[in-house]
Amino acid sequence: MMKFGILVNEGPYTHQASDTAYLFAKAAIEKGHKIHRVFFYHDGVYNSSRLTEPPTDDRHIVNRWQKLGKDHHIDLVVCVAAALRRGIKDENLLEGFRISGLGQLVESGIQSDRLVVFGD
Amino acid sequence: MSEATGGIEMEEDSSGKIKKFLYVNRKAPYGTIYALESLEVVLITAAFDQDVSLAFIDDGVYQVVKGQHTKGIDVKNFSPTYRALEGYDIEKLYVEKESMETRGLKESDFIVPVKVISAQEMGDLMLTQDVILSF
Repeated sequence: MMKFGILVNEGPYTHQASDTAYLFAKAAIEKGHKIHRVFFYHDGVYNSSRLTEPPTDDRHIVNRWQKLGKDHHIDLVVCVAAALRRGIKDENLLEGFRISGLGQLVESGIQSDRLVVFGD
Repeated sequence: MSEATGGIEMEEDSSGKIKKFLYVNRKAPYGTIYALESLEVVLITAAFDQDVSLAFIDDGVYQVVKGQHTKGIDVKNFSPTYRALEGYDIEKLYVEKESMETRGLKESDFIVPVKVISAQEMGDLMLTQDVILSF
């Protein structure tokens, strides 16, 4: 069993990074590994907006992260500095995510066996 | 750059574990925000007393080039921050030789002292690291 930390650096839909990170997390969990935290940085912070409404026949990237986090007790952390720059605040943050500092990313690097980066 | 933490008090890791963190900077300093936000993580990592190295490859080598003037694009010139890294005990900066030469740059073009290493040596350096963050 390995303990993974994940860093998502891109927003939903424009880039595949968030999809790949999600599928990686899901696959790792299915194989018996643990994802202790997903950290959202750069445009990755948009993965937490509760205002997200994709067409109904498409995957809902934001809700999907929320469910994965809830089902497997994954800490979903959105970088505060990156979020404030981009208009993500507690008001429009989906339940299950939390806003915190970059220290949470560094801590994830220290505490996990592997920190995997998904980005451009 | 106190705004890096967004004014939130940091919960420093109390385990006292020190890991080797390598930041791989691949993109030009302006045009996208990756370089600036990478630097913000670097500064936070220093506050956690970790062993930090920075690598500059591809267009990332432009991040540490001297004489950046950004007034014309109305973006803050953050290159002086690289000079402040020394104050955070971050002194291991590596520039990939091939990326530097392809762009017509030489060692004296950089704003801070860097070690120029080959792509092969960069690969070897990566193998010695615990955490690699690529921006």
